[in-house]
Amino acid sequence: MVLFELRRWMKLFAMDADAVKKSTLFMLLVNWGGVHQMVRIISRETLGTKIHLFKLEAPAIARKALAGQFVVIRIDERGERIPLTLADWDGKEGSVTVVFMEVGATTFRLALLKAGDFIADFVGPLGVPSHIDKFGTVVCVAGGVGAAPITPIAKVLKEKGNKIISILGARSKDLLFWEDKLRSVSHRLIVTTDDGTYGRKGVVTGPLKELLESGEKVDRVIAIGPSIMMKFCALTTQPFGVKTIVSLNPIMVDGTGMCGCCRVSVGGVTKFSCVDGPDFDGHQVDWDLLLARQRIYLDEEKCSFEQWQARMGKRS
Amino acid sequence: MPKLNLNRESMTKQDPKTRGKNFNEVALGYSAEQAKAEASRCIQCPKHSCMDGCPVEIDIPGFIKAVLDDNMPEAVRILKDKNSLPGICGRVCPQETQCEQACSLAKKGAPIAIGRLERYVADWERTNMGALNPRAEPPRPTGKQVAVVGSGPAGLVAAADLAKLGHSVTLFEALHVAGGVLMYGIPEFRLPKEIVQAEVAYVASLGVKIELNSVVGKVATLDELLENSCHALFLGTGAGAPMFMDIPGENLNGIYSANEFLTRVNLMKAYQFPEYDTPVFVGRRVAVIGGGNVAMDSARCALRLGADEVYIIYRRSEVEMPARREEVENAKEEGIQFKLLTNPKRYIGNESSWVVGMECYEMGLGDPDESGRRRPIAKEGSEFILDVDMVVAALGTRPNPLIAQTTSDLKTTKWGTVVADETIGKTMKDRVWAGGDIVTGAATVISAMGAARRAARDIDEYLRVIVE
Ligand SMILES: Cc1cc2nc3c(=O)[nH]c(=O)nc-3n(C[C@H](O)[C@H](O)[C@H](O)COP(=O)(O)OP(=O)(O)OC[C@H]3O[C@@H](n4cnc5c(N)ncnc54)[C@H](O)[C@@H]3O)c2cc1C
Ligand code: SF4
Ligand code: FES
Repeated sequence: MVLFELRRWMKLFAMDADAVKKSTLFMLLVNWGGVHQMVRIISRETLGTKIHLFKLEAPAIARKALAGQFVVIRIDERGERIPLTLADWDGKEGSVTVVFMEVGATTFRLALLKAGDFIADFVGPLGVPSHIDKFGTVVCVAGGVGAAPITPIAKVLKEKGNKIISILGARSKDLLFWEDKLRSVSHRLIVTTDDGTYGRKGVVTGPLKELLESGEKVDRVIAIGPSIMMKFCALTTQPFGVKTIVSLNPIMVDGTGMCGCCRVSVGGVTKFSCVDGPDFDGHQVDWDLLLARQRIYLDEEKCSFEQWQARMGKRS
Repeated sequence: MPKLNLNRESMTKQDPKTRGKNFNEVALGYSAEQAKAEASRCIQCPKHSCMDGCPVEIDIPGFIKAVLDDNMPEAVRILKDKNSLPGICGRVCPQETQCEQACSLAKKGAPIAIGRLERYVADWERTNMGALNPRAEPPRPTGKQVAVVGSGPAGLVAAADLAKLGHSVTLFEALHVAGGVLMYGIPEFRLPKEIVQAEVAYVASLGVKIELNSVVGKVATLDELLENSCHALFLGTGAGAPMFMDIPGENLNGIYSANEFLTRVNLMKAYQFPEYDTPVFVGRRVAVIGGGNVAMDSARCALRLGADEVYIIYRRSEVEMPARREEVENAKEEGIQFKLLTNPKRYIGNESSWVVGMECYEMGLGDPDESGRRRPIAKEGSEFILDVDMVVAALGTRPNPLIAQTTSDLKTTKWGTVVADETIGKTMKDRVWAGGDIVTGAATVISAMGAARRAARDIDEYLRVIVE
């Protein structure tokens, strides 16, 4: 019965000229027909200035997720698809946690949602999980929101019997979060802020270099954060010959190896970050290419962001 | 015998100048009068050689006769008996190498416009029968469960056929909408998305459960699906992974794979940016590399998004182009420029890593290769530079390796296609069938549908004999 109605309504709407309205209504109808399952936000939390944590209901993903993997989300019919690395998951509860910073249109719009709201699409777990083994001593370097994805990796590495030294850095105190969480999965934690408002003043490469020079035997470095920070971590460790794994964050569309938008060059070979990564050997990555490709839509992102701010501003 | 009428009824199209600026459908379809006029040209020859040309053996003279007799519901019934997606096939099938090539009148240079008539009947159904069409008695449930992976034409047809036979079907799709290439690849101006979604809704109305956003191999492996929830599984995951040429500069900004460009434009509706959030960059001078349908679609999208000059760069000559004749003509009418016997050597970037030019070779044609087409050979010393600020690489696709990588005993070829029996689609893995581009490599909508239909029949036979 419902489906009969669905087909009839679809025909009615087929005559509607306004494409946006039409497809939104169509999606609504399809949702109603049980085709499209929306994903509910269980709870949310603000971790720092413009940094938010969302816990979402996604039991199938929660069951399969492994450290280092990511999801692709789309807020609604108009939305774009963006990747977010997993910060936490709970197979029993059926929940997946992501942390993001408001930097553009999509994250701005996401931040406006409340617990109990739904987003249209949540796909995962994508990407190759981080390589976990008993390496010896592992230095985990997190910059900015990188604190979220690195925590589960440090946790499993510690469980595997590694000695974990973590370095947590942010531009300023109000952007620091999960210090306690990261400390609980590390044997030692060093905190830095660029402006010295908390912990050591300076950037993460300072303590990283000191550690390497101190004679501490470091077997592996894992760096997650902004590309520029990962690049400098890789440059810092290179002279010491310590294997350095980075989690790349190029622009993506599908996240399943279908478009090639996420291509990066590693050791002179083109790789698709979403299916071959996101983890790669930082010493092999062509950082300039990555940084250039991240700037492709700078103008469009600005335009989209401003437009959404204006739209939402008017409403509130 | 009446005199042969060799005047093919033409189909009205949007004017090339106007349509080059919009995404509305180019071809407007036949009116009732036009359809009847065209149908009346069919001589109903007893050989009905056209049917041999159709991969799914539609009773072509039968449905054409019904159109002529004004018995549209009967025309719909005949078409749908063999082809569940006639509105799609009427628009995108390469009729000129299939049914229309085999038509007796083709020898006289005026085959019946079978594709246009098929489209006419399907569109008539959509506007006149959709809601009235009472569903046949639901089949008796067999209690058997089938998983179908991928919702392109192959997956949709397999799911529909199996559901109609009473099996309980779950369709898994990686993207956020069902339809496969029909949604993310083929543009709106050639195949309106509303038509595809009407077909998807029809499949859902048969009781097929559609699980979107489900990447098989990630959220569940094939083996997990087989263990937990199904008696048989059909793989219709297509050939969706883009290929590149591996030449210098290919990762510069402004160089897209056709899949990315078309996905942004069609699936994510970047042509309505900023109304829709997904952006796309379109240059002023655009080179599209390749000579297939994908290349034509990319070039015509770029034109519609405001590019001044759009070039098709193809390494062979026009006769070897795999694109549909009609779409090559459409592209030319719209002002797409064809640079044939040309192949890129490398791309040139500026200081901020954006493409600003490409160095090309002139090509000559040598002896025929395995594909039967003459092999293109670069002429040494013929290099020249073409100024372009955007490139779309439409160089072909191969199957996405995600599933093969996570399934130990699924046999694949060196091209990554899944090994399956040609007639019934059975793979080397127990309880798994496959069909469509995943088996053949990038091919056609109708061949994917035909393969799915044959596999569904075999799956049904298998399900009927197993007892739990
Ligand atoms: C731009 C373009 C234009 C074309 N034009 C024509 C034309 O004019 N005429 C014609 O006959 N043919 C045309 N083709 C070819 C035709 O579209 C394909 O041959 C046909 O779609 C193949 O169908 P399929 O069902 O095998 O695969 P697809 O249509 O590719 O569908 C496969 C589906 O599986 C999904 N999938 C993949 N991996 C997974 C996974 N791991 N888990 C879940 N889901 C998954 C994909 O997301 C996709 O939706 C064109 C192709 C393109 C790209
Ligand atoms: S399905 Fe394709 S080949 Fe068959 S009759 Fe229709 S257009 Fe011709
Ligand atoms: S995001 Fe499309 S291939 Fe990686």
